[in-house]
Amino acid sequence: MSQRIGRPTGIKFTKIEKRFGSLYALRRLDLEIAPGECLALTGRNGSGKTTLLRVASQLTRPTHGELAFLGLNASETPTVGYVSHAIMLYDELTAQENLLLFARLLGIQEPQERTLKLLEATNLAARATSLVRTFSRGMKQRLAIARALLQEPGLLLLDEPATGLDTESMEWLTGAIRGLRDEGRTVVMSLHGESSLSQLATRAARLDAGSLVADTHAGATFQNVFAVTGA
Amino acid sequence: MRILSNTAVLLGKELQTEFRSRELLTTTIVFILIVIVLFSFTFDPSVSESRRFGPGLLWLAFLFSASLMLQPCFLKEKTNDTLSALRLCVADPFAIFLAKLLANACLLLLVQLLLLPIFAVFYNIKVGAVFPQLAMVFLFGSLGVSVTGTALSAISAQVRMRELMLPLLLLPLLVPILISSTEATAALLEEKPTLRLDWLGILIAFDVVFLTALWLFGEYLLEE
Amino acid sequence: MAKTGVYSFLVCTLMGVTAYAAFYIAPTEVTMGLVQRIFYLHAPSGMTSLMAFLVSFVGSVAYILTRKPRWDWLAVSAAEVGVAFCTVVLLTGPIWAHPAWGVWWAWDARLTSTLVLWLLYVAFLILRTMIEDADRRALVSAFFGVFTFLDVPLVYGSIWWWRTQHPQPVVFTSAGLDPTMRKVFYLSWLSLTCLMALLIRQRYELEQSRDELRSLEQELEAN
Repeated sequence: MSQRIGRPTGIKFTKIEKRFGSLYALRRLDLEIAPGECLALTGRNGSGKTTLLRVASQLTRPTHGELAFLGLNASETPTVGYVSHAIMLYDELTAQENLLLFARLLGIQEPQERTLKLLEATNLAARATSLVRTFSRGMKQRLAIARALLQEPGLLLLDEPATGLDTESMEWLTGAIRGLRDEGRTVVMSLHGESSLSQLATRAARLDAGSLVADTHAGATFQNVFAVTGA
Repeated sequence: MRILSNTAVLLGKELQTEFRSRELLTTTIVFILIVIVLFSFTFDPSVSESRRFGPGLLWLAFLFSASLMLQPCFLKEKTNDTLSALRLCVADPFAIFLAKLLANACLLLLVQLLLLPIFAVFYNIKVGAVFPQLAMVFLFGSLGVSVTGTALSAISAQVRMRELMLPLLLLPLLVPILISSTEATAALLEEKPTLRLDWLGILIAFDVVFLTALWLFGEYLLEE
Repeated sequence: MAKTGVYSFLVCTLMGVTAYAAFYIAPTEVTMGLVQRIFYLHAPSGMTSLMAFLVSFVGSVAYILTRKPRWDWLAVSAAEVGVAFCTVVLLTGPIWAHPAWGVWWAWDARLTSTLVLWLLYVAFLILRTMIEDADRRALVSAFFGVFTFLDVPLVYGSIWWWRTQHPQPVVFTSAGLDPTMRKVFYLSWLSLTCLMALLIRQRYELEQSRDELRSLEQELEAN
């Protein structure tokens, strides 16, 4: 998808706890994701997947515990791309204006060039000057991924990226993530169940009520991890 | 410094968005007009009475409409969670506040300058000679309203009954602005206009104090 | 607990002594007579409320910097006590003004500033009721608490300067305080300050208990 990539960045959660009032979203969670891994995170609604990803993106501060990024040199700051439930884009701006805005904020050199390249890569070049308000769910998702890729992140976090996508968009998404994985980026995606996306994963883990209950790195099989997901 | 360029980029975006639709601008101007007209029914608008009550009414109407018009400032960033996108991209969260408060200050100042001729006509007050000085008073007053209003918009976006909470929190806080701006404006509209540096000083002090407080503590408001 | 009991007793005694002094020791004021004695409650209450708000401000700043809940408890306790003392000022004002000067209210600098202060801190307390989550409530109200207190000198300053520019008949003065009056005034201020500390302490402990209850309920839910 892009020529260069940011250095693959892993992430290590140590005793991460996140409390919202009386609700414990994450309970003293330990998890280490090595650079280059493609992790499929699963679990019921409310199991803590979204919170874990938001903590990883540093949008949410954990109540306790530590976060460390792996695979970086001493002075490097992690480049993280984050795609959430919400598209995190301005409806009243065009696709191009959105990407340009965030590219400029990130301090990217030659933001116009990067913007156009990403629009092409996400098959949105034809709709570059249309307002995001007019986009379909699939198109919005593609643009959201384009935004996440602006910095050429070493770590990509995707929160239920397949939600609401039709078959065509799903195919595109699977191909896109495969490409990102093959470029060596660390990918962490939260999923509801097995799908074409989960098949891309090199590792799977399940959360339940804020704790890690199954992990292919701890001996479970992919089937086990995805077994009881429910709604 | 990245914070300055971040602020410039965001300021550009805020102003571009507003000038594309102009919804905030038009509704604010019309609202102030409505308030001024209504106020005019409450006293006898002779020339001497107008000179007495006019400046106060103008600023009061302005504060009321500001407390309504500042509501969407942070609320609209909740729609698609664009606030998170901004937080991920900027070097310092204060840039978000700075851009928004400058954009709001520009809009508020523009509203006041557009209303000034209408105000002059309604109350038969000559404003031409003192226009630059009036603009200066409007500038520092708008800045004060904007700094506090933008900060409180971030608060009201997080609480219940936000339509009532923003005016409830903002208006008492703005008492020094109301008094100083009204007095300074009234002094400029008198027979012998004077630029009251004492009132201007209070306006500037207000702006500096709250801008500093926002700079020190604002980022904590955006935390999750 | 015993310590609080002893302290409460001392405060009550001190207030009793003050009341006695205000009624029997302080000389009767020439023009206003008996009603002037309310001054010994009115003026020190104003000063005490400002002190309480200062304590609340310290709590707010400390919470933002440390995130320890006890600073939030201090901030809300002191704010409530401050509002209570403000209310005393606003109620004793008219009670004094009407018999003495024939008006229920005078927009003089101090009383008007106290009114605005009262509105500001009532808004602070209302804000707190609009946020369910304890941590979010603490952080947001701490921020507003900082803004509110920073506004206090600006409010007082602008209102005082405004009244100076537009002078009106002077009310609420005790111009030329007699030395005995001055002593009673300071005694009253001391006893009200002690009362303030006691009330803040009680309210703080209430907040602390509420928090403990909340934690226990959470633990129960988790198991």
